[in-house]
Amino acid sequence: MNRLCAELAGTFPWAFANVNIRPFYAEGSKTLAYETAEQLDWTTPDHVVVPVGSGSLLTKIRKGFDELHTVGLLDSPPEVRVSGAQALGCSPVATAWTDGTDTIKPVKPSTIAKSIAIGNPADGYFAIDAVRGTDGGFAAVTDDEIVEGMALLARTEGIFAETAGGVTIAGLKRLAESGVVRSDERVVVYITGHGLKTLDAVSTHVSPTAVIAPKIDAFHAAFPSIEESSP
Amino acid sequence: MSATVRIPTLLRELVAGANEVSIDGATVAEVLEALEESHPGFAERLFDESGGLRRFVNVFVGDEDIRFLDGLATPVTDGETISIVPAVAGG
Repeated sequence: MNRLCAELAGTFPWAFANVNIRPFYAEGSKTLAYETAEQLDWTTPDHVVVPVGSGSLLTKIRKGFDELHTVGLLDSPPEVRVSGAQALGCSPVATAWTDGTDTIKPVKPSTIAKSIAIGNPADGYFAIDAVRGTDGGFAAVTDDEIVEGMALLARTEGIFAETAGGVTIAGLKRLAESGVVRSDERVVVYITGHGLKTLDAVSTHVSPTAVIAPKIDAFHAAFPSIEESSP
Repeated sequence: MSATVRIPTLLRELVAGANEVSIDGATVAEVLEALEESHPGFAERLFDESGGLRRFVNVFVGDEDIRFLDGLATPVTDGETISIVPAVAGG
């Protein structure tokens, strides 16, 4: 897919946000940091957890916080710990982190989190540098954990995220369990895509609450515990 | 042994704007060396100081990334297509 987009971008006069206008995409990613600081009344979180495909978003969120201070919108230099989450089936950056190396070995992705399944992450080196420089960490999570993460987020926050969101929630869980994310921290987790993009991932885990004929009697039969009342 | 090398947009200035060129060589390394000889400028963009492929450059033989084949030693058959694709994708 990535190769196809790169070749299409070289064949037609088309703009791909992630390919031939990537500098705009990358710099634009900093707005996730801007919005976070703005919503926190121009302060920064203690810790952010970011999904990692190429590593660009994570790198630019850190840069965004730093630049807010540079231009005077934050009173003090931000001390935001930055952590990354990857799907185990495509985790070259998390693997390099665990192995203690800056050399990222490309992999062939095999995960339901396709939107962040970048086998050769071009900004992985920079992501590791940002995580190391802020005392963060990486987590790599299984496809089952991803689906559990999606379900947990939907059930507890009412947010239906795509698989990459499941990666980030499951990654947060892992990072909290391992003590990298601490309970005394104000943590912001970036959920970056809607669940309707990846319905297949949860189709075997959820089903309709009820299937009924379009009749009021059928509704009552399906939901006997809901009592009638006048509007 | 002649291969077709597909050139990404960013490097087409080195080949007078062409999107592909025909180059001889029995391995990917030989083809890319010959490409550098006929169109100087490729080597510094494709290879790092140690002579390996830069981490943000992907090279495919047919449909497969050479990192999952024999790397630069991957053999090239007559008429094969070699694609140079920058590693830019994803967030």
